[in-house]
Amino acid sequence: MSDIVLKTENLTKHYGGVHALVGANFEMKKGEHVAIMGDNGAGKSTFVRQITGVEQRTSGKVWLYGDEVNFAGPLDAREAGIETVFQTLALADDLDVPDNLFLGREITKFNWLGPFRFLDYKAMRQATMDGLEKTGVKIPNIRNSIQNMSGGQRQCVAIARTATFASKLTIMDEPTAALGVQETEQVENIIRTLKDQGEPLILVSHNMRQVFDLVDRIVVFRRGRIVANLNKEDTDGQDVVAYITGAKTGAEFEGAA
Amino acid sequence: MTDTSHGTGGLTFDKTKRSWPNELNILFALFVIIAIFELLGQTLPYMNDQSFLFDTKDRFDSIFNEARLQIIILQVAIIGIIALGVTQVIITAGIDLSSGPLVAATAMIAMSFAQTELVNGFPNPKALFGIWAMDLPVLVPVFVALAFGAFIGAVNGTFIAYMRIPPFIATLGMFLICRGIALWWSGGNPISFPTESFKFIGSGMMPVVWFLSLAVIFHVIMRYTVYGKHTYAIGSNEEAARMSGINVKRHKVTVYMIASMLAAFAGVVLAAKSETAQAGMGEFYELFAIAMAVIGGISLQGGRGSIIGTVLGAMVLGVIRSGFTYIKLDGSYQLMAMGGIIIAAILFDQYRQRNRA
Repeated sequence: MSDIVLKTENLTKHYGGVHALVGANFEMKKGEHVAIMGDNGAGKSTFVRQITGVEQRTSGKVWLYGDEVNFAGPLDAREAGIETVFQTLALADDLDVPDNLFLGREITKFNWLGPFRFLDYKAMRQATMDGLEKTGVKIPNIRNSIQNMSGGQRQCVAIARTATFASKLTIMDEPTAALGVQETEQVENIIRTLKDQGEPLILVSHNMRQVFDLVDRIVVFRRGRIVANLNKEDTDGQDVVAYITGAKTGAEFEGAA
Repeated sequence: MTDTSHGTGGLTFDKTKRSWPNELNILFALFVIIAIFELLGQTLPYMNDQSFLFDTKDRFDSIFNEARLQIIILQVAIIGIIALGVTQVIITAGIDLSSGPLVAATAMIAMSFAQTELVNGFPNPKALFGIWAMDLPVLVPVFVALAFGAFIGAVNGTFIAYMRIPPFIATLGMFLICRGIALWWSGGNPISFPTESFKFIGSGMMPVVWFLSLAVIFHVIMRYTVYGKHTYAIGSNEEAARMSGINVKRHKVTVYMIASMLAAFAGVVLAAKSETAQAGMGEFYELFAIAMAVIGGISLQGGRGSIIGTVLGAMVLGVIRSGFTYIKLDGSYQLMAMGGIIIAAILFDQYRQRNRA
């Protein structure tokens, strides 16, 4: 198995005439936590959507652990080991915690029944408890429907989903954007837990403090292109802001934007 | 480790802490309505102390007025079968208006394959397809009807899921198309004289047997299978369902197909029960089926409700119908009361939603 978790080459996405993502070359190593920063509309979420198979890229190549991958849909990406916490919480409000964790990949029995195969509620509840324990997420009652939970609890459920399934790569798209201080802290603790367990992570975030607290490396997007690739130790907040606003462009990306 | 939790308690799993099921509210409402009729029966001067549900005459050895109980459920059984399918459609946040005319169209189609060769010793005067389509085994009309239902459902589902036509519009179109098919099939003439085995499908309490066994089957499917879970997920948050890798479009087509097949089966049962099929059958059935679901707590926003709720909703409508007959009130009051109860059901649902948020 390759040491490179994820590699993209010339990853490009056009929406009609809009070039949302242009020639993105990205690479990350095992156990690494990488932040993706950039202004609104810089292409961060577009980049994530191409990797996770939610959208089909216009051109470019993606490798996961050395194997070139072409995901037809998000389920493909998940089966390959990419777990995503989306900006819009991909949770079904009327379902409870195990239902949401296992949505689209339920543990089932009597599989010969095809679409009418039976859900193994007991196994899913057990796996949910294990997953929550692993991440230190606390939820009073996992059989409550998600709509009765606070924003932080909901976000934790979304994140616990990634931890329940031994993932090869976790992607979080602004996981704390809508959360309060305490809830943000809880989410950040989960991210640290993932770091300790050596699980690679891509964190899309606007929060400078959070990024410098949590990750090893910062990749900056501007107007659909990657403009900087910075090690946390070699940079500071002002420097990153300069890249985000366009006051500066990384040496190797000169002429890109 | 510092405690960053914001709730009370830690990782607990308490079976008793599940939220109060809405079905109990409907059951309660059902009992209240029965009690009201019972009370009216005792107090209204012209009622002579009759009881609504209990057996007050000592001629029979039973507690309940069994004839009334049977009628209550028998008169909602056929629409109830439709409601089982409509429930699934509404849970996906859709709607199906085509079921009433579909009942008529399938009744016509099924009946034309269920005719007897000889009627009272004479060749069947109303044979639609001539001699080859007569005295067929009962499975033929049933199979043709279900296939037709599946086809209509597939068309509904395809327009809604793949061509993004709002469910209301797509099924409204199909509403007219099916009524047209029902009229066109035999040039507006009724089709009659089914075989004995076809009649059996709708004889006596058979509609109730079909309704309740289908209700049990679909309760299990909606509650315990992947199909059911995905149906709820799509109605609850379609985007989340899609991101979770559920094939939302294909699933919707399946749901509409199942709903239309249930409506088609209701058409078969209705034709068998009436022993005739007419193009005007099933009028307002789609609306009563939706009403059963709504009274049963199925949210029109999707994602919430259950088959048990719909069965209880059907019972509420049945009790009201038979209650108004019992207190000798005109059918016009019946319609007004049903309308009021539907609106009350929606208001109650919204009240519940607000209280939860």
